[in-house]
Amino acid sequence: MTTIPSQAAVAATGLRKSFGDQVALDGIDLEVAEGTIFALLGPNGAGKTTAVKILSTLLKADAGTATVAGFDVATQAAKVRESISLTGQFAAVDEILSGRENLLLVARLRRVPDAGQLADALLARFQLTEAANRRVATYSGGMRRRLDIAMSLIGNPPVIFLDEPTTGLDPQGRIEVWNSVKQLAGQGTTVLLTTQYLEEAEHLADRIAILDQGRIIANGTLAELQQLLPPAKVEYVEKQPSLEEVFLAIVGAAGKDGHAGNDPSIGTDKSGTDE
Amino acid sequence: MTTRFFGDTAILTGRSLRHILRSPDTIITTTIMPIAFMLLFVYVFGGAISQGSGSARYVTYLLPGILLITIASSISYAAFRLFMDMKNGIFERFLSMPIARSSVLWAHVLTSLVASLTSVVVVVLVALVMGFRSEAGVGAWLAVAGILLLFTLALTWIAVIPGLTAKSVDGASAFSYPLIFLPFISSAFVATATMPGPVRAFAEHQPVTSIVDAIRDLFTQQPVGSDIWIALAWCVGILIVAYALAMATYHRKIA
Repeated sequence: MTTIPSQAAVAATGLRKSFGDQVALDGIDLEVAEGTIFALLGPNGAGKTTAVKILSTLLKADAGTATVAGFDVATQAAKVRESISLTGQFAAVDEILSGRENLLLVARLRRVPDAGQLADALLARFQLTEAANRRVATYSGGMRRRLDIAMSLIGNPPVIFLDEPTTGLDPQGRIEVWNSVKQLAGQGTTVLLTTQYLEEAEHLADRIAILDQGRIIANGTLAELQQLLPPAKVEYVEKQPSLEEVFLAIVGAAGKDGHAGNDPSIGTDKSGTDE
Repeated sequence: MTTRFFGDTAILTGRSLRHILRSPDTIITTTIMPIAFMLLFVYVFGGAISQGSGSARYVTYLLPGILLITIASSISYAAFRLFMDMKNGIFERFLSMPIARSSVLWAHVLTSLVASLTSVVVVVLVALVMGFRSEAGVGAWLAVAGILLLFTLALTWIAVIPGLTAKSVDGASAFSYPLIFLPFISSAFVATATMPGPVRAFAEHQPVTSIVDAIRDLFTQQPVGSDIWIALAWCVGILIVAYALAMATYHRKIA
């Protein structure tokens, strides 16, 4: 709880935004420490995308201030854009180009010296080498998202925004994305992601803010949020495999982790199956 | 910042030109309608209109108007491509990157110029097969190219507006229908003198007539007179207004 504000990769105070008389953000404060994963959790229409758009300089806030990587989003927008990458709600990839061409495009726009070499390295890292020269229109949802995230890594921006990175993905695709996000944070990149899936926030984030109707109604680590509720009771229940576990066992999961039973802390674990 | 702008514009133009190379059908569909009009007017109506002066001469008479129709139908694809970029999020990706923001629009405009002029060349080749001949020298051809380029640029900036604001694909390209229709109420197919009063008044004072007359005079080596200046004034005027409106729309969109 007592993090030092000077090292915040993202900091916002009192952000407000309305569209006509529709209030999207009603004064939110948030702070993301460098190198951590921060999840903005909330239902559709809570204001998650609006918050991300303001932080990535695509929208201007009506009130409040925000800094990203130490730069003010309103007055130093160009500096902010040099420090971030945005992966929007829908995979923002060029369908007519191949995967490799998409990476080259972003690398050239970011003036990366060895664009071709970097593209090949990213293709390998995101298991897209085989599909490298195919048009993106032929990619699966998971492949598109991986390409999308790979494009966001070009130029090594210190802060990455992921707006609902796994919405619309099948379970394998979701695990692939989760692995990529964890790998990123492992390298010191700050990740701010939005999600409507409780499980995703729980699985990935160091800190979670719950956004509802434009306000942050809770903010903390998973453990802190759990303390908001009455203490857990110890019950013994016979554990049935969740549908997801069955599904992944039958089709042969793409990811290795996520199912090694690393979530023993939560007693009643229904959240994974019903999204 | 300016070197950034030119570099980014070049990279992004390369991207959308690649789109056209990969879907050459956009060039083909753009040229089908003008070519069909040309065939129809020359071989079906042409005998009645040209009063026996020969279909080859009527092709030459007709071609300037047909070229304007070609450009008008081509720029609807500019609106379409811009709309698709807005819709699938790649526009936002570009805008959140450290690039010159206006280069995103300029890339679409330059691509539209290349696509339109490619279509124009295809239509001119078909006209040559149908008997179009011109003794015009290099200077006159350059003047024709310049007028067409300016006309395309003006219409493309008009196309940017629906491209940025449309809610659907159909909305993004529907604006071009009246532009395609405009040459029919001009001197493009028949002399305006045969038209009844109000129609004639409209035809003689709308931009297409002066542009068509100027290009026709250049093709047939007639003195262009004041037509060319009226034509240029229209093109530049439309260009300035469309550019200002498109930029205002763009800035409203991107905050």
